[in-house]
Amino acid sequence: MIRYILRRLLYGFFILVGVNLLTFVLFFAVNTPDDMARLAIGGQRVSQDAIEKWKSERGYDKPLFVNAQAQDSAKWTDTIFYTRSVPLLTFDFGFSDEGRDIGHEIGQRMVPSLALALPTFVLGLFACVAFSLLLVFFRGTSLDLAGVMFCVVLMSISGLFYIIAGQWLFAKMWRWVPYSGYVEGWDMVRFLFLPVLVGIVSRLGAESRFYRALFLEEAGKDYVRTARAKGMAERIVLFRHILRNAMLPILTGTVSAIPLLFMGSLISESFFGIPGLGSYTIDAINAQDFSIVRAMVFLGSALYIVGLILADISYTLADPRIRFN
Amino acid sequence: MVRFLAMLVALACLTACSPHPVNSPYDPEALAQNTLFTAFTQRSPKHLDPARSYSSDETPFTYSIYEPPYAYDYLRRPYVLKPKTAVEVVTPRYYDAQGNVLAEDAPGEQVAVSVYDIRIKPGIRFQPHPSLALDGEGKPRYWPLKEGELDGKYGMADFEHTGTRELVADDYVYAWKRLASPRVASPIFGVFAEHVVDMRDFGERLKRHVRESGLPADAWLDLRSFDFEGVQAMDDHTLRIKVIGKYPQFKYWLAMTFSAPIPWEAERFYSQPGMAEHDLSLNTWPVGTGPYMLSESWVNRRHVLTRNPYFRGEPYPCKGEPRDEADGLLADCGKPMPFVDRVEFILEKESVPLMGKFLQGYYDIPQIERGEYGVAMRVAAGDSSEKAALYNERGILLRSATEAQYFYLGFNWLDPVVGDVGSEERREKNRKLRQAISIAFDWEQFVSIFQDGEAQASHGPVPPGVPGYEPLPQGRNPVVYDLVDGRVTRRDLDQARRLLSEAGYPDGRDAKTGRPLILNYDSAGGMGSSAMLDWMRRQLASINVQLEIRATDYNRFQDKMRQGSAQMFMWGWLADYPDAENFLFLLYGPNGKVKHGGENASNYENPEFDRLFEKMRFLDDGPEKNALIKEMVGIVQQDAPWMFGYIPKSGGAYQQWVGNAKPSQMVRDTLQYYRIDPALRAQKVKEWNTPRWGALWWLAGLLALLAWAVARLTRRRARATALAAPTEERP
Repeated sequence: MIRYILRRLLYGFFILVGVNLLTFVLFFAVNTPDDMARLAIGGQRVSQDAIEKWKSERGYDKPLFVNAQAQDSAKWTDTIFYTRSVPLLTFDFGFSDEGRDIGHEIGQRMVPSLALALPTFVLGLFACVAFSLLLVFFRGTSLDLAGVMFCVVLMSISGLFYIIAGQWLFAKMWRWVPYSGYVEGWDMVRFLFLPVLVGIVSRLGAESRFYRALFLEEAGKDYVRTARAKGMAERIVLFRHILRNAMLPILTGTVSAIPLLFMGSLISESFFGIPGLGSYTIDAINAQDFSIVRAMVFLGSALYIVGLILADISYTLADPRIRFN
Repeated sequence: MVRFLAMLVALACLTACSPHPVNSPYDPEALAQNTLFTAFTQRSPKHLDPARSYSSDETPFTYSIYEPPYAYDYLRRPYVLKPKTAVEVVTPRYYDAQGNVLAEDAPGEQVAVSVYDIRIKPGIRFQPHPSLALDGEGKPRYWPLKEGELDGKYGMADFEHTGTRELVADDYVYAWKRLASPRVASPIFGVFAEHVVDMRDFGERLKRHVRESGLPADAWLDLRSFDFEGVQAMDDHTLRIKVIGKYPQFKYWLAMTFSAPIPWEAERFYSQPGMAEHDLSLNTWPVGTGPYMLSESWVNRRHVLTRNPYFRGEPYPCKGEPRDEADGLLADCGKPMPFVDRVEFILEKESVPLMGKFLQGYYDIPQIERGEYGVAMRVAAGDSSEKAALYNERGILLRSATEAQYFYLGFNWLDPVVGDVGSEERREKNRKLRQAISIAFDWEQFVSIFQDGEAQASHGPVPPGVPGYEPLPQGRNPVVYDLVDGRVTRRDLDQARRLLSEAGYPDGRDAKTGRPLILNYDSAGGMGSSAMLDWMRRQLASINVQLEIRATDYNRFQDKMRQGSAQMFMWGWLADYPDAENFLFLLYGPNGKVKHGGENASNYENPEFDRLFEKMRFLDDGPEKNALIKEMVGIVQQDAPWMFGYIPKSGGAYQQWVGNAKPSQMVRDTLQYYRIDPALRAQKVKEWNTPRWGALWWLAGLLALLAWAVARLTRRRARATALAAPTEERP
C-alpha cells in the first residue's frame, strides 16, 4: 500500500509540474506584465516609470522562460517562470502582486471557507443519501415519482437563483437571517444558515438522482432478493445491504472532494460576504494577480491529487475485495 | 422528528424574545453607537499612500486621513476652495525671468515663476502612530526594530505604544519630495514635473543617487538630505512652492492628497526589514492629521476608521447653495467636526445583499464615493410606485447632482477614414463624415434607454458646474443641433445624409468603389452583442452606414489606444479639479496618446485650438477666459473629434437618520460632515426587521404533513402482502 501511495504521489508531482506550467503559459498568453502592472497600479495617469518600478519590485521585468543575457544556469533560473513557479513545489507561496503574504492569507481564509463548506458537505451528503434512500424505499409509488420530479425541477434551476431566492425569502421576507456577512465564534451560525441551506438544496436534485440510481441498481441484485426472501425488514435491507454496497461510487465522488473543501466556494462566498478562499481566488482573477492565481491553482491541484489518493484508500476500507496493485 | 421540531420551536421562541433583530449583521449594540455603516463593492483600496493613490474608491479613506493644504467647500457650488491646514488660500506672487516681482494681472507669458507662500496652521497634530512613539529617553521606540519584535504584528493595533507630534512645513516638503522619488513612482510626478520648479531635475538626482549609491531596494531613502528648490520650508509653519510660469490651476492640486504631508518617521518606520512581509506600509496603514485614522483593516472584508483623538475639530460650513438651508444642511453651522465617531466599510460584492441591507437600515449610505446606487434608486422610484412608496415610507433621502465628468465617443485622429489624415480634400471629407455620424447618434435616446434619464446629452467638452460652461441654448452644438422656436433640437437625418454624401459616401457607399462604408467600433468589453452595441449599430444604420464591433478585453483595448489602431471608441473622464483646463487638455495636441503618451485618446490636433489652450491655461477665471473657452469649444464642435456623449448624474441615497448629506464627486472629505442619529436608527431598524415567525409554523406543518404521509405509506407497505387476500366463495 505504501509503495502504491508513493507511486501515486510521484505521479502527482509530475501532474503538479504540468499544471504549474500550463497555468503560467495560459496566464501570460492573455496578460503581459505591463498589463498586470497597469491594472494593479490603477487610477489615472499611469506612468511608464511606475510600470517599470512595479515590474522590477515583483520580478516581472525578467524574461518569461529563458534569460538570454544571463550566464550558465541563471539563463533558466533568472526568469519569471523559475522564480515564480518553482518555489510552489515546496509550498512556498510567496507574496501576492500587492505584496501580501499569500500563506498568511490562506491560513486566515481557510477557516471561513471550511465553516461554510464542511457543514454544506456533510449535511448535504446526509440529505442527499437520506432523500434518495427514501425514494428507493418507496420506489414505484407516487411518492417516488413526485420525488424524482422534484429532483428534476431542482436540477433545472440555476444555483444563483437559489441564492437570490434564499436571500429574498429568509433575509428580506421572513427576516430570520442576515443577507450576508460573517463573524467568528458561535454567532457565525446565523450567517452560515442560509448559505449552507442554499448549498444543500442546490445539490439535492442532481446528487439524489445519482444516488437513487446507484441504490436502485443494487436493489435489483440477487443478494438483496435473498435478504428479502429471508424475511428481513426493508429498513435493514436498505441500510445494511444496499447502502453499504453502493458506497463505492459514492466514495469516489465524496472522499476526493473532501480536500477541495479548503478551496471554498467561488459564488456563495461572494454573494454571502464570506471572506474565504473562494472569494480570494475570484478577487485575484479579477485583479490579474498572477501570484495568487498560480498559488490557488497549485493548491487546488495538490488537494485534488490528495483527494484522489484518499478515495483510493477509502475503497479498500469500504470493499475488502479491493487491493492495491 | 418530534424532538427536532420541539427544538426548532424552542429556538424560535428564544430568538423571538431577543430585543434585537435576528437578521442584524452586527453586534446587538452596534447600531446604537455613533458609527456610520457603509459598503465598498469591488475590493479593498489598493493604495492609501497619498503619493500613489489616484482611484476614487480610495478617496473616502485618503481624504479622511490626510490633509492637503486646501479643500473644496462642502456646500457651495460652483466649487470653491477653502483652507484646510493652510491659514488661507493664497494668491501667488509672480516673478519674471530676471527675478522682478510682477503685478497680479501680469500676462502669463511674462511670468517665469509663481511663488506660493502657504502658512500652515500651528498646533495641528498627527494621529497616534507607532512610528512617532518615543521611549523615556526621547528615542524612537520602534526604530530600529530588533529581530523578532515584529512577530505577530500585522496591524497598528498590535503595537503597544503610539506617539504624535505637531505638523510642520517640513512634512509637506518631505511629501513633495516623495512624489519625485523613484522608490515611490507617483502617477502624478509627470504632471508636477512640468509645473514645479526643479522637480524633474530633482527626480533625476534621486534616481542617480539610488543607482550610484548601491542602496538596497528596500532600504530607507532619507529624502531630508536632498535639496529641492521647488518646495521648501521657510520656517516651521511656512511652505513655499515655486511653480514654473503662471499656472492658475495649481491651487486645485493643493486640494488633492498628492500634496498631503507625510512624517518622515513613518517612512523610516515602514522601511524596516519584515514590514513589507507583514503588509505594513504607507499603502496599508496611512499616517495623517485628518479627522479619522485607520484603526482596523481586513483586506477585502472590512475597514474601520475611527476619530483621530488629536484632530483639532474644524467648524462645519455656514454657507451653501440657496436650497441647502431648506434641506437642513446649514443646521450644524460652526459646530466642530467630525460628528461621527467611527466609520465601518464592509465589502459587499453583490448589489442584492447591499441594497437589501440598506433597505433594512443596516447601511446608512450604500457607498460613500460613488453615486450609482442613488441614481438607481431614483430610477426605480420613477418606474415603480411601489418602490417610491417604500422609499418614502422609509424616509430615504435621494439627492442628485450633475458632476464634472462625462463619457464621450471618440474618433481616432490618426485613422484614414474618420481621422485627419491625407490631402486637404480628404481631411475635409472626413470631417463631414464625423459630423454626419455625430448627427446620426441620438444621445438623448441613449440617455433615455441606458441611463434611465439620469444623465444629460452633452454639447461640448466642458460639463456643467465648471466655469466656462455655457447652458443651453447658448451652449448648443451648432453642428448637431438646430434652434427651432427657441428649442434645441437634433438636426434631422437628411442633413446627416447630405454631409455623408459630401464626405464621399452617398447613401453610405463609397462614391468611387461603390462599396458600403463599414466603420469599426473598438469595444473595451463584452463580446460585441450587448444592447448598447446594437443601439450603436442602429444609429449608423439610419444613415446606411455599417458598424462592426471589434470587441476585446480592457488590456488589448488599451494597447490599441496606445498604438492608435482603434477607429471609434468610448471613454470617460472624471475631472481632477473643476476647471475647463482639466477637460480641454484631453484635446490638446501635445497630450496625444500615440505621439506623447498623454490623455488625448483621440490624438486630436488643431494648431489653433492648441494656441488658444496655451493662452487659456494662464488665465484666471473670468470673462476673458470664458471667451477663449467658447472659442475652443466652437473649434472642436466643428472638427468633431468626439461625439460629446453624455454627462451622468451623481446621486446619493441616505437613510433618514443621516444628516448633512450632499452628493458630490469633487468633494472627497465628506465623512467628517455626516451626522447620524443612532437612537433613531436603532428604533427604525428594530421596527423594520421584526422577524416573521409565522412562516416557521407553516414550515413545521408542512414537515409534519410530509412525515405523516411517509409514516402512513411505510405502515401500508409493511402490512401489504404479495398476493391479494382470497375472496370468499359463495355457495
